[in-house]
Amino acid sequence: MSDLNKLGLAEARDALRAGDVTSVELTESCLKAIDDADALNAFVHKTPEIALERAKAADERIKAGDAPSMCGLPIGIKDLFCTKGVPSQAASKILEGFKPEYESTVSQQLADSGAVMLGKLNMDEFAMGSSNETSVYGNAVSPWRRGNDDAQLTPGGSSGGSASAVAADLCLAATGTDTGGSIRQPAAFVGITGIKPTYGRCSRWGIVAFASSLDQAGPMTKNVRDAAIMLEAMCGHDPKDSTSTELAVPNFEAMLTGDIKGKKIGIPKEYRMDGMPAEIEKLWAEGAEMLKAAGAEIVDISLPHTKYALPTYYVIAPAEASSNLARYDGVRYGRRAQLAQGDGITEMYEKTRAEGFGHEVQRRVMIGTYVLSAGFYDAYYNRARKVRTLIKKDFEDVFAAGIDAILTPATPSASFGLGEMTEADPVQMYLNDVFTVTVNLAGLPGISVPAGLDQQGLPLGLQLIGRPWEEGDLLNTAYALESAGGFVAKPGKWW
Amino acid sequence: MSIDQSNAAKVAKLARIKVEDDALPALASEFNTILGFIEQLNEVDIEGVEPMVSVEPMRLKRREDVVTDGNQQDKVLANAPDAREGFFAVPKVVE
Repeated sequence: MSDLNKLGLAEARDALRAGDVTSVELTESCLKAIDDADALNAFVHKTPEIALERAKAADERIKAGDAPSMCGLPIGIKDLFCTKGVPSQAASKILEGFKPEYESTVSQQLADSGAVMLGKLNMDEFAMGSSNETSVYGNAVSPWRRGNDDAQLTPGGSSGGSASAVAADLCLAATGTDTGGSIRQPAAFVGITGIKPTYGRCSRWGIVAFASSLDQAGPMTKNVRDAAIMLEAMCGHDPKDSTSTELAVPNFEAMLTGDIKGKKIGIPKEYRMDGMPAEIEKLWAEGAEMLKAAGAEIVDISLPHTKYALPTYYVIAPAEASSNLARYDGVRYGRRAQLAQGDGITEMYEKTRAEGFGHEVQRRVMIGTYVLSAGFYDAYYNRARKVRTLIKKDFEDVFAAGIDAILTPATPSASFGLGEMTEADPVQMYLNDVFTVTVNLAGLPGISVPAGLDQQGLPLGLQLIGRPWEEGDLLNTAYALESAGGFVAKPGKWW
Repeated sequence: MSIDQSNAAKVAKLARIKVEDDALPALASEFNTILGFIEQLNEVDIEGVEPMVSVEPMRLKRREDVVTDGNQQDKVLANAPDAREGFFAVPKVVE
């Protein structure tokens, strides 16, 4: 077999078990692809020794007939996950040199399921960004281009390295995390599948915290079946995360029947925004038609507080970030600024944090500090938490009325050029998450599925939002959409 | 509510991030853009609405108040920028 790195998880799993290929062969193929793709800047810490060691162990297990679900499958891990003995920097200068003495629960579960870690993936600093332009490692680059134009495009963010690596076949799949859309927006930008599960499905333990009431990990994969396989390996109760749920994890892959007859799919009118490109509008209508043709009932619904989701998010996420990022003080881990003669502990904190945090992170920490400060707590933070209750209730109401899933565009545009948004004010960049952020605020599962190409030949995605804890049903609806859409486009190799 | 340079300096101080004086006008202007965006929330009728405190309605789990982990001083200190004699070292705090 050639080009083994181009396989998906399910295909590779079946080939491994049939004895057609070994994990070492798969892993070597990915390692070579990674070394050839430095121009994408997706893998920022490569771990070939760990990869080959795990691949050999996986081959032994397969030979012995003792192969767990992801045995021998090479994947990439977002830099936000703490990985024992391997740099884990959250793409920040402040965590330079940090090598955790422990492993995150999710990456440990993946290792236990036999997955092979190829290395750590680029991202926006502390997962704050929508274009992977805030990383200390520099920009991750999308493998896609606008026709013959050689301008570099963003793979989206914050899981930009994960998106770029999966789309460019540097790995079979990758982990991502999603606080406001950081799995689904990059997945849509590069034509892959990404799911954020219900809040509480995946343990947050060992994942560098951004906004704890919004953060969830999830898989970024080449298709919906692969997402089902990898999500199952990532989920499950963890006593080390007090918000992790004790619900049993179903066999998601077994739920992919493609049968969605009688399912009610909601189309929320508030997601039809002024100035939305006609191509996105068309893609959305086509998606609804495909689901209808597969036997689903399409229902117009209203989520009246949608408009307030982004401003709510930009109070709650920075508030939680300012609290979570208080731990970076130059004392316990990472990097401490060079101090001048006579500098005390306050100067140490202030210089360390000024040098260690990038501009966007500083801005969000300070906004969070402001909205939590005495005199403004009620006006901003408490008000936002009340509006969040209303946003969640919008979804509860439509689900109570019998809606099974909600179909929306994944992003308001296709990928844009790196540097194109530099002059825009921060709010313009925040608008990237307009369709995804509601899902985090309500704690719901959401999946982005590639659905078409725009006039410039760039991928566009559709998002499906499901009922809490019903990722299996959501994946099945996504599977039906994927089957009907038949998206197969891949970027041409230029790197 | 608009933020001036002295407010911006106060916020930077609270956040323990050193911001040079010449960077304060731009910072204040960015804050005002973002806060202007957030002001939209004032349109929402929140009378009688409870603030959301938990994503899923749940009570945090309790456990016995006992040591579950420990005796890992070397690992705890392994990533410290300055560790001496089994402690984190910092500049002098008390005069």
